[in-house]
Amino acid sequence: MQKEILIAGFGGQGVLFAGQVLAYAAMDSGKIVTWIPSYGPEMRGGTANCTVVVADEEIGSPLVKNPPAVIALNLPSFDKYEDLVQPGGVLIVNQSMVDRTAKRTDITTIFVPGNEVAEETGDRRLLNMVMVGALLAAYPILSLDEAKAALKAHLPAKHQKLIPNNYAAMDKGYAHAKAQMEKVAA
Amino acid sequence: MPKELWKGNEAIAEAAVRAGLQAYFGYPITPQTEILEYLSRRMPELGRAFVQAESELGAINMVYGAACTGARVMSTSSSPGVSLMMEGLSYIAGTEVPAVLVNVMRGGPGLGNIAPAQSDYNQAVHGGGHGDYPRIVLAPSSVQEAIDLMGLSFDLAEKYRMICMVILDGSIGQMMEPAEMPEMKPITERKFDWNTDGAINRERRILSSIYIDPPAEEVANFRLAKRWQEVQANEVRYKEYFLDDAEFVIVGFGTAGRVALSAVRAARAEGIKVGLLRPITVSPYPYEVIDQLAGRVSAFLVTEMNMGQMFDDVRLAVRGRVPVEFYGRTGGVVPFPDEILAEIHRIAAGQWSVDRDPRDSWQTRMASVIER
Repeated sequence: MQKEILIAGFGGQGVLFAGQVLAYAAMDSGKIVTWIPSYGPEMRGGTANCTVVVADEEIGSPLVKNPPAVIALNLPSFDKYEDLVQPGGVLIVNQSMVDRTAKRTDITTIFVPGNEVAEETGDRRLLNMVMVGALLAAYPILSLDEAKAALKAHLPAKHQKLIPNNYAAMDKGYAHAKAQMEKVAA
Repeated sequence: MPKELWKGNEAIAEAAVRAGLQAYFGYPITPQTEILEYLSRRMPELGRAFVQAESELGAINMVYGAACTGARVMSTSSSPGVSLMMEGLSYIAGTEVPAVLVNVMRGGPGLGNIAPAQSDYNQAVHGGGHGDYPRIVLAPSSVQEAIDLMGLSFDLAEKYRMICMVILDGSIGQMMEPAEMPEMKPITERKFDWNTDGAINRERRILSSIYIDPPAEEVANFRLAKRWQEVQANEVRYKEYFLDDAEFVIVGFGTAGRVALSAVRAARAEGIKVGLLRPITVSPYPYEVIDQLAGRVSAFLVTEMNMGQMFDDVRLAVRGRVPVEFYGRTGGVVPFPDEILAEIHRIAAGQWSVDRDPRDSWQTRMASVIER
């Protein structure tokens, strides 16, 4: 088993850290994991993405053309990766930054107004944690509790005070995604 | 020790420290700068030497000087920077002192780009500096393997008084994976019968790569070659995947090897009997295992992130007994597993290159991709 999650957005939206939280959670739950950023001469405000590969055996390719799960934090990422998600896969879109609906019907696309939800939680920088929560609702490769535990275990002491807000952001993203999935199912 | 999530470049730096690195000399270049950055903090903290030299030429010659004392020394760079080091590397080899050099390869030739590539294979394994000299080259494919091979690189360099290069690409340098670090090795006083560490109460030693008298140089070259025979006999390392019943074998090192592993698993799920041989030492090269495989499999596929460099070594071992096909991506492009799976399908269907260099037919197959 090898599963890939691709997270894409603008630099500064917390793309790389969101992937690291998933990577730590996978490691702590005894799985094998690779986190790999797109790296290049990019600056803040440019595009950024990272791939997290979770497996129960030696990981082969660190990159995948058609990931089963994608988080798109902005419109360019939505446009680029909507076509590339594996059929039957999951696409989590930051609705706050896109102005269109889904084109594909053979994947599950979930829209979460990430910027607004993050601001409600008290800090717009929590966008990435909102979206991680939403992802884990739709693509439960790890449990929300595992992600939370990883955040607590690996956040430096000076940042531990941020934990309650981060948890709240994850919970809200998770609840948003669950509510949408139930609506679709009903 | 428990596993921690390590970034490739930083893991290499810490593994070198734990292997007893006493002096580091380098010059920044992407995508390996994190190694230098990490050591700029870590080495002084431990009271060890860190020097950011004025250039790669400066760095490699500082390595040369420090290596003569018997200290554990290292430099790291990336493709264009390693090219600049070639003169110094040849001097180190000619002087028979141990040194470790890490090359986090990038797309080339020339200035190229900073994306992952394996196009310095020939430079590392077959060429590089001038003169007849052997060198050990290790090629990790994961963060844990990079850590393990850093420890090994110092031991091998010292045992054989030889350069040990570690070649990887930027994707392994930049990725994070759970990995276990070895214990910190204590720094011990390094006493050899060759190092120049002060000639008090003993006869003076001279380390040099000059042999003005040609017969003496010839003797020296035969001495290096004899040592290389020992390396070839004892230090070949590789990893096998699904080879027991394989009809087809992929050969790939580093990142190309692990991408091929995904393709091999996908092909196995379809019932195609394909296996993977991933060389860990690319010098000494695992000729013998390929020689044996060539006696029982139907075809080979070599996958690399270059225009087909290691391909020649595989063909040398196969000696024309079965077809050897090639598939590569180059210039900083990393292949996806489905590209290699398509090649496995082609080979399993018996579509081999006949009467042509397989690299020529590969170029023909790539036309639709390149002319986009």
